[in-house]
Amino acid sequence: MAAPETLAPPEREIHTLSLYVTNKPGVLVRVALVFARRGYNIESLVVSPAALGDFSRMTITCSGEPGTLVQMIKQLSKLVDVVHATDHTGDSSYETEIALVKVEAHLDARTEILQIAETFNAKVVDYGSDSLVLRVYGSSTKLDAFIGLLRPLGLLELVRSGKILMARGLDET
Amino acid sequence: MSNANFTEHPCGAEVLIRCLEQEGVEYIFGLSGGAAIPIFDALVDSSIKLILVRHEQGATHMADGYARATGKPGVVLVTSGPGATNTVTGMLTAQMDSSPMIVITGQTLTTNLGKDAFQEADVTGITYPIVKHSTLVRDANQIPRVVREAFHLANTGRPGPVLIDVPKDVSEMPCTAPLEAEIDLPGYRIPGRADSLDLDAAADLIRGSRRPVLYVGNGAVISGAGKAVMELAEKLRAPLVNTLLGKGATDETHPLHLGMLGMHGTAYANKAVTNCDLIMAIGARWDDRITGKVEAFCVDAAKIHVDIDAAEFNKVIQPDVCLHGDARLVIEDLISRVEPLDTAEWLATCQGWRDRYPLKYPKKGGLRAQHVLDRLDHLTEGNAIITSDVGQHQMWAAQFCRTRSNRYWITSGGAGTMGFGFPAAIGAKFAHPDKEVWAVVGDGGFQMTLSELATAAVHKVAVKVLIINNNFLGMVRQWQELFWENRLSGVDLEGNPDFVKLAEAYGIKGIRIRRPGDVDRKLQEARDHDGPVVVVAEVSKEDNVFPMIPAGAPLADMIIEPPRERLEKPSGST
Repeated sequence: MAAPETLAPPEREIHTLSLYVTNKPGVLVRVALVFARRGYNIESLVVSPAALGDFSRMTITCSGEPGTLVQMIKQLSKLVDVVHATDHTGDSSYETEIALVKVEAHLDARTEILQIAETFNAKVVDYGSDSLVLRVYGSSTKLDAFIGLLRPLGLLELVRSGKILMARGLDET
Repeated sequence: MSNANFTEHPCGAEVLIRCLEQEGVEYIFGLSGGAAIPIFDALVDSSIKLILVRHEQGATHMADGYARATGKPGVVLVTSGPGATNTVTGMLTAQMDSSPMIVITGQTLTTNLGKDAFQEADVTGITYPIVKHSTLVRDANQIPRVVREAFHLANTGRPGPVLIDVPKDVSEMPCTAPLEAEIDLPGYRIPGRADSLDLDAAADLIRGSRRPVLYVGNGAVISGAGKAVMELAEKLRAPLVNTLLGKGATDETHPLHLGMLGMHGTAYANKAVTNCDLIMAIGARWDDRITGKVEAFCVDAAKIHVDIDAAEFNKVIQPDVCLHGDARLVIEDLISRVEPLDTAEWLATCQGWRDRYPLKYPKKGGLRAQHVLDRLDHLTEGNAIITSDVGQHQMWAAQFCRTRSNRYWITSGGAGTMGFGFPAAIGAKFAHPDKEVWAVVGDGGFQMTLSELATAAVHKVAVKVLIINNNFLGMVRQWQELFWENRLSGVDLEGNPDFVKLAEAYGIKGIRIRRPGDVDRKLQEARDHDGPVVVVAEVSKEDNVFPMIPAGAPLADMIIEPPRERLEKPSGST
């Protein structure tokens, strides 16, 4: 049990959860309410059909107090429409994310942008006279680094898909 | 909508009612309205008896009282919009106390959903956080499955309320699906027996204990674990305490029983908990009314937690062993693993506290609520089902009306819903017409649902209502007196009606008690009356409930006697 005198603000940790849910109306609201009520912040959320038609997969990255997370996973598991909820933080699951980045691309900066893109294996998906749209994928930290390099060059728009992950081998995600 | 082409098929509403019949529903507590007319129409031809209430909140508490008295789900039927929102308090009450309930709400046409149609309320949206589950039915062919699932969910595992929202066109649509539907709930599992390694670990902990306490909650009531719990207590020679909602799981008059623990529990129960070396929660969740200041709660005692809901483990307290499963099955499996403990000294200590700090109240100074409830306990001898409302009278009833049998004590604990007691008693009386049923209520809470006097009168429901009338919202007044320098605010119920005349206006017998000497005779008069009765006990206005542990304080700070000096404001929530 936490000592009562620890008055420092609780640390916040980033976690990645995977939820396997039945495809019923309202399931997203029920899940979101569990986070909202306990002060957890959803950083990204990806919902997509699972291999079996009646089910969906939710990959959620979230941040909040570590002590609350265990309780929250139990509350998520308790939802009738949630088949299972798993915290994949720090395990060996394969993770990836896609970002679309729109940058200003005046002639003097264009070469540098294209060099950065090449290094990060990003693809130019829209080539305009004043701007470029780049598509990059990979780990979230790689995307952070990529975006960080482009920011001073004139970042106009940013869309990230949110992280998705899958357990390796025959382990269930 | 024309069903000319489908005349061979019943409509959704008829199928809904057939499904309820199939689930063994005897009563529906409800109030009609436009969007629910097809369902009420289908009820005309049904064996299910409709109990028409005067306000939807009353219907929910009746269904709840029925459910808690029987262990079967209570069923509510209301219309859309305000009809539906009036059930919200009842659903919260049922959810907080794990009571099985089915609430069926009418809804506007599916084609009108989301358009702010007349009497449209997004009731599934409003109630997500306070139901076990809910479904907006969009196709009449889903009805048989949705109803099967609702009953299954409401009354298995940790019970709770389930909402079924039925748009009017779905009620009127022909249903071609068979009545026998398969349950399809891949995300729902019902815990049964505990893991045997966990049971062994619990038995090992128990073996070393010399000062054990069994702390029995609502889970033991729901699972019917009382017999097993008592067997365990007797085998271990361990004292028992129960929560407000655990009353009745085991016999409170048993020599090993120390009564209720917690904020207004007996001093000896709280002293036992404070001094034990092992505490075992059986279907109880370490609520803040029980633990007081969590950091100071049973710091050195080993803790075992039995619960059917894994989300309760480590929520408030970090137990040494968690036993996940149905309370009855868990305790039955545990009994054979334990041996009698050497608790002679401990039991003598507990007896010493019991002798030194009995529940007591002043015998002088007019009529006392405690006296009335003490006499009610002696007259009924545990053979009456007692429901209570919320407030001082609730705590006094919990202290003085010792519950001897399971499902003989019905109260709103978790939600603390004023207005619960009287309709809950009506529901319990419908469930057990041959049993004596008393509703102990305060003048404040009673006025929140007193319109159900009409329901009691019409159906000749012979509930006995005992109004502990102090013309105050007494519990809040007590807090203001003790912790807020007696600055009374919003507690004086000046303007109360004459409750005897009020009862009589409904054609119900009214009895008034003013003098202590009249208590037995008047209570007996109420018991002998064949029909509903309202007994108004005009009690001392400014009595306080003791013992009391200020909210958020450690159990050791229990106030046993009225304090002489001013007290600090409590740090706990309410």
